[in-house]
Amino acid sequence: MTTVIEARGLIKRYGRFAAVDGIDLAVEKGEVFGLLGPNGSGKTTTILLLLGLTEPTAGSISVLGLDPLRQPLAVKTRVGYLPDQIGFYDHLTAWENLAYTARLAGVISKEADGRIAGALGRVRLEEVANRRVATFSRGMRQRLGLAEVLVKKAEIAILDEPTSGLDPQSTQELLDLIRELAGEGVTFVLSSHQLAMMQTICDRVALFRRGQVGLVGRVEELTANVLGGTFRIEVETENADLVKVLAGVRHVSGLTPLQDRRWRIDADADVRADVAHHIVGAGGVLHSISMRKATLDEVYVRFFEGENHDVAA
Amino acid sequence: MTSRREGSPFAGLSTIALKEAADHMNSIRIHLVMVLVLLTAIGSVYAAIGQIKATVGEDQFLFLRLFTTAQQPLPSFVFFLGFLVPLVAIALGFDAINGEYNRRTLSRVLSQPIYRDALLTGKFMGGLLVIAICLLALWLLVTGLGMLLLGLPPSSEEITRGLAFLFASFVYAGVWLAVAMAFSTIVKSPATSALCALTAWLLFTVFWPMLAPLIAGAVAPVDPLDPLTAVHQIDVQQAIARISPNTLYGETTLALLNPATRSLGLLFTDQLSGALMGAPLPFSLSVALIWPQLAGMIAALLVLFTIAYVSFQRQEIRA
Repeated sequence: MTTVIEARGLIKRYGRFAAVDGIDLAVEKGEVFGLLGPNGSGKTTTILLLLGLTEPTAGSISVLGLDPLRQPLAVKTRVGYLPDQIGFYDHLTAWENLAYTARLAGVISKEADGRIAGALGRVRLEEVANRRVATFSRGMRQRLGLAEVLVKKAEIAILDEPTSGLDPQSTQELLDLIRELAGEGVTFVLSSHQLAMMQTICDRVALFRRGQVGLVGRVEELTANVLGGTFRIEVETENADLVKVLAGVRHVSGLTPLQDRRWRIDADADVRADVAHHIVGAGGVLHSISMRKATLDEVYVRFFEGENHDVAA
Repeated sequence: MTSRREGSPFAGLSTIALKEAADHMNSIRIHLVMVLVLLTAIGSVYAAIGQIKATVGEDQFLFLRLFTTAQQPLPSFVFFLGFLVPLVAIALGFDAINGEYNRRTLSRVLSQPIYRDALLTGKFMGGLLVIAICLLALWLLVTGLGMLLLGLPPSSEEITRGLAFLFASFVYAGVWLAVAMAFSTIVKSPATSALCALTAWLLFTVFWPMLAPLIAGAVAPVDPLDPLTAVHQIDVQQAIARISPNTLYGETTLALLNPATRSLGLLFTDQLSGALMGAPLPFSLSVALIWPQLAGMIAALLVLFTIAYVSFQRQEIRA
């Protein structure tokens, strides 16, 4: 694994307000990296700093081994960016919009045609290629933005709030596309506050709080660290006294009766098989057994507990 | 920043300029103002031709009269151009930058491998290109109309003066394009920046000629016992009037299209001794006469563009 994005001690101040206040980040090649946090916690500013679109007050950044401050053109040639609430020239067609940015990106026109056709096919917009973008839905615009990243053959794609304002189907389509591209070796940096979506797609996430990164790691690591590695298992059973049955089972740390024949078991490992084995062995009837995985939402709420969001925003 | 940036600031410049020019050529806004300019041009030139035909007499520069002759109630072609060219330029530039913000295309375009310089300069070039094409077409149209209806070809001196006039009009339009673009970078809303630019246009084309004598009267009052104070007041008044690009353009066209013009300011009788009144100046002397005006307009253009440039470079990209 090679590190493609590295930021050290990044600080960006607007007047006295520090939008980004000492961030360290490292993104590996080919991974999907999520920047999570409430609005105004410094995600977009961090992205702009990575692209060299704004200058840091202090700290150093390296993107693909280049300095975005000193070599912005080289960085921007190899990095694609989908801004929050992406805009296109409404009076131009999808094809013309892509052709314009392809020319700006320095793709020679002979090659550009082939790349644009390929990219529009990938994002399933080939049928509307010659329609004006004014008629496009939000989801289509996001996909067109992704097509732009494809035309550029970007090695890193930075997507700011890519799914905000999309309906569930468009979100799914977009995520599938991102997954597909990530499988082909494109590194993705996504920012979002929609945690359920981030959980399904990101290899690693960084939790932002007031311009700082609170936590970085794989989703499972974070849930284990923040929530203490708890597994919550719910069983529905008859003819078995669970208190006795589970007395000797390892890893079980708690037992709470819920309403009608349902129990909640707290454990520090996945003990479903063991529990089922013991219940059935004791002659009980097991109607259902399920485990609820800890979600990023819980991590997030726990992590930001007591945080005044108005101040953060 | 002390660190040096790598890569050319001109990367993408021609792409942006051509795209902007193509956009302008297709936009209804520009079509409308161009139709307005075209109609007034044809109207005033047609009226001028009628006037010229009715006047019996020899004139060495009949073709230049096409531009300057006015027949009531229509003003001359030059007057119309001085009045309407700023409008064309403002229509081209008032939403250059803040329009990109509002459409949220700015950060997407700037995330391509280009510098901000290229975007602003490219937009300016694109606007200038459209203006150049329009003015050239207009000039050819008027010249053609003159040849058809007067049945005379223009002399080489007339063509040279006509081209110089074309260039002056181009610079004048450039000044107003720079005004519009400066407002578009400073003001966030396109409607507000359009109003600001139009206010400046009205101030300088309509109200400035009225204001200049008032200000001059207050700054340099005339002492009835000292005739030189009257001269001084006129000098001050002229200096104030020349702050307006409209005045500079008016003086430039006057000297270029009316070869008999010997001075754009006050002349004393002793300065005129030995001069042949009404005799035309050669082209080179007419150019020497308007050189300060032309240089002033070019300087104004550069200063305004620099204001737009600095303000754009200092802006944060995020909307």
